[in-house]
Amino acid sequence: MARSNKPLVWSLFAAGGTVAALVVPALVIITLSAGYGHPPSSLGYQTIHAFAAGWLGKVILFGIIALCLWHAAHRMRTALHGLGLRADKLVALVGYSVAGIGTLLTIFYLLRV
Amino acid sequence: MSYKTVELEVLRYRPEDDNEPWFQSYRVPCEEDWVVLDALNYVKDYMDSSLSFRWSCHMAVCGSCGMMIDGEPALACKTFIRDLPKRALRIEPLTNFPIERDLVVVMDDFIEKLERVKPYVIRKDRKPLSEGEHLQTPAQLKKFKQYTLCINCLCCYAACPQYALIPEFIGPAALTLAHRYNQDSRDQGQEEREDVVAANEGIWDCAFGDACSIVCPKQVDPASAIQQTKIASTLRWYKNLVGLGGKKT
Amino acid sequence: MNGKPYIREIPVFSWYLGRKRDIHHMLNEVSSLFIGSYALLLLWGLKALSEGEAAYSLFLQGLTSPVSIGLHWLMLAFTLLHSISWFSVTPKAMPVQIGENFLPGYFIAAGHYVAWFCISLFILYIGGVFSYG
Repeated sequence: MARSNKPLVWSLFAAGGTVAALVVPALVIITLSAGYGHPPSSLGYQTIHAFAAGWLGKVILFGIIALCLWHAAHRMRTALHGLGLRADKLVALVGYSVAGIGTLLTIFYLLRV
Repeated sequence: MSYKTVELEVLRYRPEDDNEPWFQSYRVPCEEDWVVLDALNYVKDYMDSSLSFRWSCHMAVCGSCGMMIDGEPALACKTFIRDLPKRALRIEPLTNFPIERDLVVVMDDFIEKLERVKPYVIRKDRKPLSEGEHLQTPAQLKKFKQYTLCINCLCCYAACPQYALIPEFIGPAALTLAHRYNQDSRDQGQEEREDVVAANEGIWDCAFGDACSIVCPKQVDPASAIQQTKIASTLRWYKNLVGLGGKKT
Repeated sequence: MNGKPYIREIPVFSWYLGRKRDIHHMLNEVSSLFIGSYALLLLWGLKALSEGEAAYSLFLQGLTSPVSIGLHWLMLAFTLLHSISWFSVTPKAMPVQIGENFLPGYFIAAGHYVAWFCISLFILYIGGVFSYG
């Protein structure tokens, strides 16, 4: 039996899950309050642009977006299998491609801020 | 005058006569200190000697009497009649295994997987007898002690959704036993087990539900063993990737 | 009359519906969909940010749509579910042995919940949620 290469995606899944668990609910609250017409001060263009322009802001944003995408790609692969969609290789290809493209786009847009 | 009369609905299957399993009902007068196994033995002794089921120790150490009791995998000798709220019980053989006859399942798949993980101390260098025994501190023993308690009752396999969906999955008990030996300070066989444990059908088919740990009658906590193995295998994988891994035996 | 062991089939799409434990497990798995969706939302906002103030204002306006608000409540529910289950299982993966004995699981879990609480408060504070109105 050959050793699996799943450790690669699994470590991204585990890192992403931890990051998501720690920061995403609070972030959702922030964008939710923006949705009610009272954007918190951090979401003002000048503030957030300054944040994303700096290297620390870029690293943080990249970390959050990319890891969450890889977490979702790997876990939804298992979830869809459990929900009855058994074409594992196809699901993996689609899921990881979305995560991969999302990661590249994140880098692309971060470099343009 | 018995404590209460319980109606057992037992799934029967006789391969020589039946094409499909079917339920048979028995009304059993139970005593207050009875377990489900006592009720089954009453059926076999006084009502229907054809009912087949595995049992042995009657004290939750042999692992023979695992079965589905009202839809949950459990040991028949550890499930007390007085703790069950209803007066009717549905009893079926453990799910995810083929039915041999009545409540007896075919365990071959598990036995084969158990052998595959090499559940014994593996030494690369054998100590000669003259040097005495391997010494182990209480702390070293405690590290893996919990995982030695598995009685191979297969309740975890019956509860595991991944084993249900992926028959090739090596499964909770076998992987836990691999972990038990990997954690044993006397053992040097981690690398040798890795090909089986770290295969797709090994730890990586586990989706980290915790059904196995919830149903385990000995509180072995197979889920924790598998998650710890995932971390260890992942670190090993990265080490091999950057060339820091040890020689493969 | 076949003499063979009988193999019970499992319903492919509905096997988890019969038991609370299995439903809870599938909900945990599906929570990852909402984490991924939120990451895509952030990516979309990042794109708008990189395109200038006008595009970014449109993004903020888009957040006020009923669809966005509805999705946000769903995302909040599922990401909270994710956090709560994630920290309750973390102790299983990282046993801490001190001397002979192990730290009880709830100890490690409690530490994670406290960290989560503090980090969330911090994010909300510097996010400005507490300082307007």
